[in-house]
Amino acid sequence: MKAYIIKYLYGDYGEIEGGGSSASPQHQWPLWEIFIRSKQGLDHKHAGSLHAADAQMAIENARDVYTRRMEGVSIWVVESKHITASNPDEAGELYEPAMDKVYRHPTFYDLPDEVGHM
Amino acid sequence: MEVQDFEKLFQDRIDAEIKIEPKDWMPDAYRKTNIRQISQHAHSEVVGMLPEGNWISRAPSLKRKAILLAKVQDEAGHGLYLYSAAETLGMSRDEMVEQLLTGKAKYSSIFNYPTLTWADMGAVGWLVDGAAILNQVMLCRTSYGPYARAMVRICKEESFHQRQGFEVLLVLSQGTPEQKAMCQDAINRWWWPSLMMFGPKDSESTNSDQSMKWKIKRKTNDELRQQFVDMCVEQVKVLGMTLPDKDLKWNEQRRHYDFGEINWDEFWAVVKGNGPCNKQRLDARNKAHTEGAWVREAAMAHAEKKKNKQLQKVA
Ligand SMILES: [Fe+2]
Ligand SMILES: [Fe+2]
Repeated sequence: MKAYIIKYLYGDYGEIEGGGSSASPQHQWPLWEIFIRSKQGLDHKHAGSLHAADAQMAIENARDVYTRRMEGVSIWVVESKHITASNPDEAGELYEPAMDKVYRHPTFYDLPDEVGHM
Repeated sequence: MEVQDFEKLFQDRIDAEIKIEPKDWMPDAYRKTNIRQISQHAHSEVVGMLPEGNWISRAPSLKRKAILLAKVQDEAGHGLYLYSAAETLGMSRDEMVEQLLTGKAKYSSIFNYPTLTWADMGAVGWLVDGAAILNQVMLCRTSYGPYARAMVRICKEESFHQRQGFEVLLVLSQGTPEQKAMCQDAINRWWWPSLMMFGPKDSESTNSDQSMKWKIKRKTNDELRQQFVDMCVEQVKVLGMTLPDKDLKWNEQRRHYDFGEINWDEFWAVVKGNGPCNKQRLDARNKAHTEGAWVREAAMAHAEKKKNKQLQKVA
């Protein structure tokens, strides 16, 4: 194990010891992932996440935190537990099939200049 | 692969400016440092609402009330972005809140100072948000992806905070003798605590700087503090006010302003809980959390009831 970091940087004072019990298991609101369409014609894009009791509340909270300056015209919310993510450790095998297929790119083909823009 | 190999790969990615994402392998200490720093940062945004919230109802005009309300609401949002970023590292929101409420976790000491007059709203915006922005701009390039993205979002919102604060002071600086005096007094009280926001001197550190190596940070406390001083010395001239430091002087050799010694005893006293408002701030957070418990429970009960109704309809 590496030595513990004690260099203080901007406002980092470390933790003071003691102080209360460890967290008691509470009934935490579920976590939602928020996707925002910034304007008509564009895709919804991941904006962040927040806790909310249900989907309706997630949309309302998302409006309050992610669209206060007209950053969005449409909101999608999905409970985080429903998202399945690929494993970064398997990225090698997962994307390997795409690596050796240069012929999928237009620059692979040498054509005479007379052809013009194609 | 051995742990050392993983660590080497990890460092190679950092050196190549490739961001680290939540599911990537990372050293335990990297995870811990980020959790601590991001959650502390989130707590600071949340507690930071208190000294300003205290002035919303007393702001001198409807316009100023609306502006202050919008700023405080932004800070709540910043807290949320940061808590979410910390959650991606495996600490639950409840745990973080618990650490704040019990005093186990720290937040920026600046919020343990009182906001005594309306001019303090100006000084806080100009100096406190100003100092925070320098740090946050640097953090937009931090190595942990979710933290960096939260920072980009925050920085977009911050500049209005600093500008509205400066404008509050500007108006006062052109006002009656009493208003001018109030403006200078607020600057005098907030100047030194703002310098302390950057944390202890670089020379106070003993260990090699892991945070810089991991590119969690890209500038040291002293570098950021110097940048802040240089910036404010110019800006205060626009106000026709002064900064309360007799040692402030342009240093031609360094091409920076020299400034006086910070009162480090005061700094550590406030960090350790003995600032003017430490107890008041923590009490206020605890009170709000306790009094909000029924809302959190009711919302959950309502959501469950709605879900059951829907299930019955389907059946
Ligand atoms: Fe903020
Ligand atoms: Fe701010």
